[in-house]
Amino acid sequence: MSAALGLVVPALPHVLLVPERNPHWAALRRGYAEAAAQIEQSGADLLVLYSTRWPSVIGHQIQADPEPVWTHVDQDWHALGSISYRLRMDAAFAQAYQQAATARGLHARTVAYQGFPIDTGSIVALSLLNPGNRLPATIVSCNMYADRAETLVLGKAARDAVEAGGRKAVFVAVTALSNRVHPRPVPDAQDHISSLQDDEWNRKFLEILGEGRLEDVAQLARTFTVQAHADSKMKAIWWLAAAMGQDNAYAATVHAYGPLQGTGAAVVSLRRADRAAADHEFDEEDVERFVGDRKVLSAAGGGGR
Amino acid sequence: MTPTPPGSIVAGVLAPHPPHLVYAENPPQNEPRAECGWEELRWGYERLRRSLSRKPHEVLVVHSPHWKTHQGTHVLALPAFSGLSVDPVFPNLFRYRYDLRVDVPLAEAVIEEGRKSGLQMTAMTNPDFRVDYGTIISCHMVNPSWDKPIVVLSSSTSYHHFSNEVGEAEMLALGAATRAAVARLGRRAVLLASNSLSHRHFTEEPALPEDMANEHVYHHGQYLWDMRVLDLMRKGLTRQLIDEMPDFIEQAVSECKEGSLTWLIGAMGFPTVPAEVHAYGSVIGTGNAVVEWDLGGEA
Repeated sequence: MSAALGLVVPALPHVLLVPERNPHWAALRRGYAEAAAQIEQSGADLLVLYSTRWPSVIGHQIQADPEPVWTHVDQDWHALGSISYRLRMDAAFAQAYQQAATARGLHARTVAYQGFPIDTGSIVALSLLNPGNRLPATIVSCNMYADRAETLVLGKAARDAVEAGGRKAVFVAVTALSNRVHPRPVPDAQDHISSLQDDEWNRKFLEILGEGRLEDVAQLARTFTVQAHADSKMKAIWWLAAAMGQDNAYAATVHAYGPLQGTGAAVVSLRRADRAAADHEFDEEDVERFVGDRKVLSAAGGGGR
Repeated sequence: MTPTPPGSIVAGVLAPHPPHLVYAENPPQNEPRAECGWEELRWGYERLRRSLSRKPHEVLVVHSPHWKTHQGTHVLALPAFSGLSVDPVFPNLFRYRYDLRVDVPLAEAVIEEGRKSGLQMTAMTNPDFRVDYGTIISCHMVNPSWDKPIVVLSSSTSYHHFSNEVGEAEMLALGAATRAAVARLGRRAVLLASNSLSHRHFTEEPALPEDMANEHVYHHGQYLWDMRVLDLMRKGLTRQLIDEMPDFIEQAVSECKEGSLTWLIGAMGFPTVPAEVHAYGSVIGTGNAVVEWDLGGEA
């Protein structure tokens, strides 16, 4: 099986820079450490990240700079300090992923530019999951116009590239659950989930995911988005489920859950299990190949490019 | 005409920030090279620059959709920033070395005036901070010599967090606070709203990005909304424009949802003077206009 492990991890920099300021942030930091240990035990040779904090417009961008180096400052949380990083990317895999995505009808390209602004979520995740750059990685962007079909195909393309290369990958969804940030500063020690409804939905989501039912939560994503102000429609979960195999056969661990500036943050790991935790019929259509936006805005069928 | 007295807004400008425009200009600061492209908008910026050159001013104040902040408005508050800006969406077009100065007293005054109005305001003082590409592009197109300091305001996510109406109210208050700060410090300022109008992009790019055979608005409904908004501007009907803004935002996927244009109109005090539309054109399907409100500042 190409997926050694699947992970859901949060994006905000507090877990990396100031975990001591709030017990939930410290717990999330410990959750990150447990997930890093699982990666080490998994025998994986590659990390593939999908980050909701890297929006794209022109199809899907895949990071292919072998060694991105920068001193990063978050545009919101700049007062927490700067993050200097030197990362290790697998440029050859990034090319393979781009080709696999193209083969499935997606518009995809690699990016490798000095000073490219790698997003906070990817930097946090790679800093905490991959100390010393033990494994090479790549990151794929979150297209702001993509919906479920396109995102599923992007996840399947990741799996294609991993399998074709004989790799053993950890698929990492860098995403919040509920995504309401406090609109006014809240003292660090008093951080809490923005609303009780968001908190309840996060807990229900994690209850299902904790049973190993990854495809079930992927099927629930649209409802969760409406109810809990989800991060980017939960595209990261769609991507992760598609990359991992679209089923419920996982042994899952919810390492930590708590607030991060009002958002719902969780560290969850998913390992392949022998049998499915649930065997449901799914409402949402499956998609193998992306065929575009179907020109729905043009009566003549010729709109768009 | 008598120059605008100190402590006033000389002109307000809708100054959109597609990186394609800087790319096609081929300035030495930008690494990628272009053959041509998007001339209508670039020549519109030329006309704007000629117009502004006749209006003495000391500072540019820009509100940028590409510095998004969740807790109110943040303001650059160190004297200088330099570095490399790479557009995360169009890195093939925009890799720009910037070196800019900030009017820190004016920035601090905007923060103070905003706080007086109950707005959440934050000074950004991390020296490693990378200035957003929206700011850089709008400022470059308006003043490529960078010989004037700037003040940079982030776009608060109130529109997204609450509603368009809440965001609009906040931006009008921020505009009034900006006007008060300019008046208190005696600056003659040009204000820049760094946003497109309709904002639905194509999700594919031609092999040659500047191949104008591929450039057109994304769809006709979007174009009709852009024309309506420009018509209101040209007739000086800014109150009606603000009244219709929530619908425009939703129906044209407008980048006005980041608040820049409403901030500008608020800062100018709902001008009734007809705006000069220097140019309108599409960039990767989005609708963009270079528009100037001349508030009486010609020397």
